[in-house]
Amino acid sequence: MTDGIRNITRTNISRRRALAGLGAGASLVAMPWIARAADDTIRIGFPTPLTGPFAAEAKDQVKSAELAVKQFNDKGGINGRKIELLVRDDKLNGGEAATRTLELIEKDKVHAVVGSLSSAVQLAVNEVTRARGIIYVSISQSDTINEVKDFSKYTFHEALNPHMTAGAVARYSFKKGSKVAHLVADYAYGHEMLRGFKRAQAEIGAETVGEILHPFGAADYSTFMPRLRSMRPDFLCISNFGRDQANSIKQAVDFGLKQQAKIVVPVILHNQRLAVGPEVFEGVVGGANYYWGLESQLPSAKAFNDAYRAANGGAIPTDYGAYGYTGLSSLLMAMQVAGGTDTDKVIAALEVLKYDVAKGPQSYRKCDHQSVQSVLVLESQKKADMKGDADLFKVVANEAASEKVLRGCTELGFPA
Amino acid sequence: MDTELILMQLFSGVALGAILVLTALGLSIIFGMLGVVNFAHGALFMVGAYAGLWVASLTGSFWWGLLVAPVMIGLFGMLIEYFLIRPLYGRSIDDPLLLTFGLSYVLVEGVRIVFGTDGIPFPTPPALTGVLDLGVGFFPIYRIFVVGVVFVVVLLLWLGLEKTRFGLIVRAGARDPTMMRVLGVDISKVWLLVFGLGVGLASLGGVLSGPMRSVNPEMGSLVLAEAFVVTVIGGLGSLLGSIIAGLAVGIVISMTALFAPEMATIVMFALMALVLLVRPQGLFGKLA
Repeated sequence: MTDGIRNITRTNISRRRALAGLGAGASLVAMPWIARAADDTIRIGFPTPLTGPFAAEAKDQVKSAELAVKQFNDKGGINGRKIELLVRDDKLNGGEAATRTLELIEKDKVHAVVGSLSSAVQLAVNEVTRARGIIYVSISQSDTINEVKDFSKYTFHEALNPHMTAGAVARYSFKKGSKVAHLVADYAYGHEMLRGFKRAQAEIGAETVGEILHPFGAADYSTFMPRLRSMRPDFLCISNFGRDQANSIKQAVDFGLKQQAKIVVPVILHNQRLAVGPEVFEGVVGGANYYWGLESQLPSAKAFNDAYRAANGGAIPTDYGAYGYTGLSSLLMAMQVAGGTDTDKVIAALEVLKYDVAKGPQSYRKCDHQSVQSVLVLESQKKADMKGDADLFKVVANEAASEKVLRGCTELGFPA
Repeated sequence: MDTELILMQLFSGVALGAILVLTALGLSIIFGMLGVVNFAHGALFMVGAYAGLWVASLTGSFWWGLLVAPVMIGLFGMLIEYFLIRPLYGRSIDDPLLLTFGLSYVLVEGVRIVFGTDGIPFPTPPALTGVLDLGVGFFPIYRIFVVGVVFVVVLLLWLGLEKTRFGLIVRAGARDPTMMRVLGVDISKVWLLVFGLGVGLASLGGVLSGPMRSVNPEMGSLVLAEAFVVTVIGGLGSLLGSIIAGLAVGIVISMTALFAPEMATIVMFALMALVLLVRPQGLFGKLA
């Protein structure tokens, strides 16, 4: 049953197998070798929301992940074994993601799972992978996944988390006595970002003058604007993602909030800046895991950009796209060290891995498997200051990789 | 809570309601006259936004986009009526519904292929950027302009339907198409024009929305839901119902945003449920 379905979904192998069978004149000698060659492939499942409001970011994740796979395959794979990436659309829906992940594990027999692009959906994927004892490298923001109730030894979090991202943006932007108004998407991502900002504000001494939760996926924000204006903030902090970010910033600017307050966001998105244009985003400050402009300072960024450009007709990698590359590269490097796909050996290798493939040194913290890494703070460029179409942001701060910006292991519920 | 804020919120609600009226009108007209539930309404709204953007980028002027795109997409709508919907008249109401539902997928995919899946910037025309001081607060000039356009469109529609001979034929055709045929009126020509008008209104809504929201292939799906809610509340096929329901929904959303912002989207559906419980035919609808 399982094999039947695998043959349908992976026709290239069944065809090869059939041809080989014919060529050998139904000789039984050739068959075991062919069968083992097919089973030797290292399969990585990659659920991501290819359709829906985060589609642009998801597509970039896939391109970057494919690049990492190609680079390892070009070097002869891992211990001679080829790597195959199995991309699935999770439709930005927890239930869908869980079903696809289960299929990847049960039918496609993947050796590990990388992916997802939502703080909520990744928890659904993690639920499945940890129950099945499969390694999962999550590449989108979440604080919850670090905490002991969602953690398992199979769970790795390669992305930044809201605590460190919001913290970096707050430390760069807010001063003692700053007044901050929050507009927040009403789901896990927004709530976690808000918590991150408020915790940093408490340390800095910046005051919260108001919080508005908006429904996820709203197209019109005009009805929130009068109240935000009446709060008279120094900073308008907008914690949402994807097209919600584009629409809410655009409408805040239309309502003249930029004249009144500085707009800051936890994560400033390359694709959304492209979608609404430089005038609207001008001066907006936000955090990022990656920006292609790092290439002037970092050799690893330059190497990643060049490889990406060569593979994608001159296009540059984006922030969430880069997660596909760093997340998959870290897993494949650990598999290389482990000499294969033995789950416990790969976990051990990931826990001690030091890697720098795009954005400077990174490593997984032992207790919660959070990737310790740098956090960038970017400011959207004025149109007149842009040197070329891709010159979107200025790197205004680069918080170096340090466990100090993470929550402590005991706070997350791990034994000291 | 101070009065200024409540007044400002009320005004935001009216402005939002005006946009809802515009998106619901086309849907309501087509259903009222032709009995076709147009599920491609949202997709045509989106196609209108792209067409407006395309014309504006060719001519370098937003105004050409605003004028030409609705006519262009309205003509496209007539082609849809002539070749796809016409063969389905006289069959059950589900047939055109399923056809337009499928069509909406084709249109969204088509736009994805031609313009890409990412959003495209649609800048506000320079003459309409900035905010206006209303005395109680500031409001974007562009949104005030949109309210004005909706007012003019509604006025023209009303004059057209109530005061012209063509309007008389359209209204009579909606009541009893067979009698109109007997009287020698080519009713299929009237339906062609009405469908084109409804689609043109959808795409006008799309072009006007462009500078307020980012333009992307999925922008129509939410609009379709909103337009349905408004027409159902107002009463399917009732023009006056769409207008009053659109404004009411806008104001209710805005007031909810003030007191319980996270409920701002769901309140629209709650209102619809309430109206359906009390008055199943909608505020101004007639019982079938």
